[in-house]
Amino acid sequence: MSMFRVFDVAASGMRAQSARLNVVASNLANAESVTSSNGQPYRAKQVVFQAQPMTVSNKQSVGVQVAGVIEDQAPPKLVFDPKSPFADANGYVAMPNVNVVEEMTNMISASRSYQTNIDVMNTAKTLLLRTLSLGQV
Amino acid sequence: MLGKIDNYFRNQETALKMRSYRQEVLASNIANADTPNYKARDFDFKAAFDTARAEQQTATLAMSNPRHLQPSTQVDIFSPELKYRNERQPSIDGNTVDMDTEMKEFTDNAIRYQAAVTFVQRRIESMKTALTGQ
Repeated sequence: MSMFRVFDVAASGMRAQSARLNVVASNLANAESVTSSNGQPYRAKQVVFQAQPMTVSNKQSVGVQVAGVIEDQAPPKLVFDPKSPFADANGYVAMPNVNVVEEMTNMISASRSYQTNIDVMNTAKTLLLRTLSLGQV
Repeated sequence: MLGKIDNYFRNQETALKMRSYRQEVLASNIANADTPNYKARDFDFKAAFDTARAEQQTATLAMSNPRHLQPSTQVDIFSPELKYRNERQPSIDGNTVDMDTEMKEFTDNAIRYQAAVTFVQRRIESMKTALTGQ
């Protein structure tokens, strides 16, 4: 019943995509966070995907896993606002380097991929149920 | 008798096994649509199916004594060689999964699996009719 492994593969895809969606949500929520617990402006985070064979013996089913979360190394956006308590000597405030357009694209991509993985799972379920009802005339 | 029933179902059984194997491969491609440097894979179903059927017909060796040993580990016919798909549009992250192709192949494979299930079902029905007698 290797069809069961399709579930594992699709589930790993869904897990990875929902992690990506989670990171997008953090980035969007913190797009205006001037300071964080370490005193620095918030930095955009990105997940890194990695292909991962589901079992050692079977090379054909390859799932996805989140290899790690990296911080965007782009410099913070500087906004001129001398009245802000966070302004530096020149009157500039360092704002998070979150690119909202990029994040929205990421969000759409992640939710589409999530949906596709659900479709894959549904198809596998239909096929399995039909196989299980074999011989029950 | 049992051997004959086995033969009667063998082709469809092989088809089902290989279809579900291919379903796994395609599901992996779809799951890895966003993984950098992932290369989409697939195998030639017709060639693999023909190999699997041919293999089974020549599976046993001729022997002059029933105690002669048969090869215990034969080549695994259900692990056909996985090939890489030719990409149609190169992407910047080195991923070669083309979602349209993958979804088309996945749906196609699912329907053919269902067809194989239906064929087995009909064969079981025919066999039952023959066994019960009218």
